Amino acid sequence: MTAVLEVEALSCGYGPVPVLRDVTFTVPAGTVTAVLGANGAGKTTLLRTLSGLLRPSGGRIRFAGEDLRGVRVEHLVRRGLAHVPEGRGVVTELTVAENLRLGGLWRRDRVDARRAQDEVYELFPPLAHRRDHAGHQLSGGERQMLAIGRALIARPRLLLLDEPSLGLAPKVTAQIMALLRRLRDERGLTVLLVEQNVRTALWVADQGIVMALGRVVTAAPAARLRDDDQLRHAYLGF
Amino acid sequence: MQRFWFLTFDGLAAGAVYAAFALALVLIWRAARVVNFAQGAMAVATAYVGYAVASATGSYWLGLAAAVLSGLALGALVERVLMRFAGAGGPLNQVIVALGLVLVIQAVLGMIFGNGYRPAPAPFDTDALTIGGVAALSPYDIWVLGAALTVVALLAVLFTRTPVGLRMRAAAFAPEVSRLLGVSVGRMLTLGWALAAGVGALAGMLVVPTGLGLHSHAMDLVFVVAFTAAVVGGLDSPVGAVVGGLLVGLILSYVTGYLGPDTTPLAVLVLLLAVLLARPGGLFSAARARHV
Amino acid sequence: MTATPTETTPAAPSPLRRLLPGAPPGGGPRGSTLLRHLAVAVLAGTLVVLVTNQLAPYQNLQVARVCAFLCVTAGHTVLVGLNGQLSLGHGALMATGAYTVALTQRGLDERAVGGWWTLPASLLAAVAVTALGGLVVGLAAARLRGPYLAGVTLAVATLVPAVTTIFTGVFNGEQGLRFPAATPPAALGAYFQPERWLAWIALAAALLTMLLLANLVRSRFGRSLRAVRDDEVAARLAGIPVAGTQVLAFVVSAGCAGLGGGVYAVLTATVAPGKFPLDLSLFLLMAIVIGGLGSLAGAVWGALLLVALQDLPGLLTEHLSLSAGLAQRLEGNLALAVFGLILIVVMLAAPGGLQGGLRAVGARLRGAVRRRPAPGGRSPDR
Repeated sequence: MTAVLEVEALSCGYGPVPVLRDVTFTVPAGTVTAVLGANGAGKTTLLRTLSGLLRPSGGRIRFAGEDLRGVRVEHLVRRGLAHVPEGRGVVTELTVAENLRLGGLWRRDRVDARRAQDEVYELFPPLAHRRDHAGHQLSGGERQMLAIGRALIARPRLLLLDEPSLGLAPKVTAQIMALLRRLRDERGLTVLLVEQNVRTALWVADQGIVMALGRVVTAAPAARLRDDDQLRHAYLGF
Repeated sequence: MQRFWFLTFDGLAAGAVYAAFALALVLIWRAARVVNFAQGAMAVATAYVGYAVASATGSYWLGLAAAVLSGLALGALVERVLMRFAGAGGPLNQVIVALGLVLVIQAVLGMIFGNGYRPAPAPFDTDALTIGGVAALSPYDIWVLGAALTVVALLAVLFTRTPVGLRMRAAAFAPEVSRLLGVSVGRMLTLGWALAAGVGALAGMLVVPTGLGLHSHAMDLVFVVAFTAAVVGGLDSPVGAVVGGLLVGLILSYVTGYLGPDTTPLAVLVLLLAVLLARPGGLFSAARARHV
Repeated sequence: MTATPTETTPAAPSPLRRLLPGAPPGGGPRGSTLLRHLAVAVLAGTLVVLVTNQLAPYQNLQVARVCAFLCVTAGHTVLVGLNGQLSLGHGALMATGAYTVALTQRGLDERAVGGWWTLPASLLAAVAVTALGGLVVGLAAARLRGPYLAGVTLAVATLVPAVTTIFTGVFNGEQGLRFPAATPPAALGAYFQPERWLAWIALAAALLTMLLLANLVRSRFGRSLRAVRDDEVAARLAGIPVAGTQVLAFVVSAGCAGLGGGVYAVLTATVAPGKFPLDLSLFLLMAIVIGGLGSLAGAVWGALLLVALQDLPGLLTEHLSLSAGLAQRLEGNLALAVFGLILIVVMLAAPGGLQGGLRAVGARLRGAVRRRPAPGGRSPDR
């Protein structure tokens, strides 16, 4: 299986404070990889470094075989890397339709962009009903759908999702996770998922990466993390 | 009663200019969270360019086009070369840099063109037409109203219906998320400044013929009034800027008309203080929805 | 009966205490900062007095102008640099002080009231009236932040001079007012240079202002100022009355500006709205930024800069033989353009201004000295 993302010895910090230390892992194509760990482990920083919002102090990032060093944030979405940030990033002053259009503006193929938009409405009926509502009128779950839908319009190869379940009711979280599974199964979408809700994450993931204090402490297939009690106790605390 | 109508029309015409100018200020505020204190000086500079071209070519309209184009260029230049770097030191920095720019622009204009007032003829008749015995607008006033409102309408269409307008709004509301979605936020910022300066240039060309003439300080008071108008309408609201401009134009016209021209500066100050103390958000302050 | 230890609530510290310099970090007698400042003031004062002895009348006048501006820039830099309130209206405050002195002196003169005390009384009046104006603006400004504050003070600077044209009876409009000049007292002798006397007056005002502000900056109030500037919420949580601090800062700054404006008027014994245009307010800001925001030494640089700005154009056109037309155009504008550029460059490259730059150089020099190993061969501890 080809790797969509290869991270090698990645380090990053805020000024003199290191947050990521020597992080190495790969994300195979067509899989869901969950990044787990306690608060402050560096999970969000990892995603922000991958999408270029933070500049790494060392290490390499290879996306679909190409080095991402020096690539500007705005250009990553063209290469197929979509990042739904922590807090979802719905532009609340714009409507649902405008948010979605925003996701596809960079695309030259306007017809396909339009088609992708219709697909998103099909995927998320609640959004179709609230097309002209402003972002701040949506519920948490709807915003999550909008954020993911907006990212999907770019037809990404890799989707970075930062804590999608945050602030959502369990039922809605389950829907979102089921959706991710569907996207992986039906479209071969690769997902790198940061989650605090470990159980949920392991249910949908193929592999899990556990981080602590900025380092990767273990990377294992999700099944093992679920079933191996010792492993689970040691790294996930339950 | 006649006087009231005359003052009303006069106030609306003046208000249209304030509205355009205030809109320029609001544009930059929404895009960059900074009040462009150099807007007035930039507008004067472009007005000089405009009238220089007009007298060289003999066509006012060429001059107007030149003014607006140089405004676009000046705005982009100021953003790329100065403001982009000024933000790093804190919010006060950008204001101080803008003020430095004011000093430089006014000094350079003084050096090139001298300290006297230059003639700035209007393209239309400035005498008021009488409609049914009532002194109403002059042809020039009609041109001013038309031009200002057209620009406002064009900007509205630009922002709400075009892809670039969507990008600019997104870049202003949520710069980080926009970058993740492929929007070149830096470029949008430059574009925002360019547009604002272009609008300011137009407003400058509209207002200069109504005063004593072209002078490096010709827009000082206009800036203060436009700032007041933007504050009245709410710095965040383009609609507020337009309404605020018209409102302030009317109020000032009545005050000047009924209480005497010397009272205008004081009236502006009182109005500004009153609005800031009573409703600092302005009349149209929308609830600021943070993006989630 | 044994004395039981009772809980006594300590007497609430007198409000004046907050204005006195606090104890230096390492401990030490409470008044030492005050004494130190006094010593510096006396030294500086003596030095300048001696210098004025050697100077020609015009040069003494320049010294006087520097001192007058120093009163303003010192207060201004404390307000903007230490308290974070961007005031673009200090020119108008100067004008207020100037006009107060003019009116008071004229009033006293009309009533044939004389004596050595009239000038200090007029200056005191200037301080009081301008401080009152500062109170009004400060109260309005306390609720405002950032661009709103700047905009309001800009409006004040633009519009207050227009007051002189509204009430022309009192202020005599564009022509301004004249009032009796301050002449050297008889005790100094009949041939005492009047400009030297003016320089002494200005010097006294400047020293007083610097002394007051230096102590204020070191006091608890000074720390409150900075706390409010840096993090308003945290300051409020720490119990600092934010609005009160802001207003008081404005009042103090205004009082100093009023004193400076009053002294400035005394130097020419005239006052006119044309002397206090909007540009003056911008120049004042420019001066304290280039000198170094928040630094009293920077205020000195700023005052020097302002006088240079006034005098350079004349000097330039004198020494360069330019056509009259060109000279007139360059006059004022060239120096202005240069200083405006310097302002921009300083803001972009060295926000600490001149004083910040000097401080950095000084720190580097001190570091170099400390790093040299002692004669015994041991390098000093870091």
